[in-house]
Amino acid sequence: MKRLFHLCFLCVLCAAMVNPVFAREAAPMAADAAIEKRMVLISEELRCLVCQNESLAGSHADLAQDLRREIRTLIGQGKTDQEILDFMVARYGDFVRYRPPVKPTTWLLWGGPFLLLIGGIGVLIAFLRRRAAAPETTALSDEERRRAAALLDDKPS
Amino acid sequence: MKRFLIPLGAFVVLVIFLAIGLTRDPRDVPSPLKDKPAPAFSLPQLGSDKAFSPADMQGRVWLLNVWASWCVSCRQEHPILVAFAKSGNTPIVGLNYKDQIPDAKKWLADFGDPYVLSAVDADGRVGINYGVYGVPETYVIDKAGVIRLKHTGPVTADSLKNQILPLVAALNK
Repeated sequence: MKRLFHLCFLCVLCAAMVNPVFAREAAPMAADAAIEKRMVLISEELRCLVCQNESLAGSHADLAQDLRREIRTLIGQGKTDQEILDFMVARYGDFVRYRPPVKPTTWLLWGGPFLLLIGGIGVLIAFLRRRAAAPETTALSDEERRRAAALLDDKPS
Repeated sequence: MKRFLIPLGAFVVLVIFLAIGLTRDPRDVPSPLKDKPAPAFSLPQLGSDKAFSPADMQGRVWLLNVWASWCVSCRQEHPILVAFAKSGNTPIVGLNYKDQIPDAKKWLADFGDPYVLSAVDADGRVGINYGVYGVPETYVIDKAGVIRLKHTGPVTADSLKNQILPLVAALNK
């Protein structure tokens, strides 16, 4: 009986500990599900500047919540996705976008991987050519041939 | 010997790039607002029923310092701001960001008030227009109302002396 009581107490304690955590997970839903869906789509494209490895959609930071509220407001005002992206970039710079625009300062960023690929292919081709052109080193010299023949001819005594 | 030189060279270049990367602060994101007019707003002042708007500071070089009583690193820069305000060099306007008014008042009473006034941005909307993402942040705004510098994070004695003061002096000329 005492054990049962202890078990119950433990369960209640666990529930008490877990509950507030779940309560925090429940994000306030916007009245309009369509607005919410568009807001999530847009905010997935944006970086949360407070915790830089999270998207605005996934972040629990205060600023992220404010910015999601701002996006909802802008959607409510009938702004296009591009206008909302421009709103964010005008305030926080290209860094907020996970897909930065192609422009002179980001050419290296976009082109870098292809440059590396071309460089790698160049090195590979040079390596293969050099190997093909290298002289056959497996051939035996006359001296080695004579020694080999001598060894083969040498009968065990 | 030569076959080792190329990988070694590549490795040295990689190390140099990574070493430079380590010295840079990833939190210091360049602001697109630099050299743009400071966004207009009109907000109530802390402890007064008057409103404040950046246009009120037209014709003066001034600092806008974003602060909050809940902000831990604001405590760190605060003595520097208080000392700077005492020098009378440049007016500092506070932007009290997403704070509770009684907390904000108590904070200034406890640690000193370097601000000519503090504007209350309770819901953080003005902060968003200024691209605030990590309190404290400090803006240097020139006589024409153009943002000349955005300093993210606490102002240190070093950044004040080497960044902010020379710029303010140049703008005041």
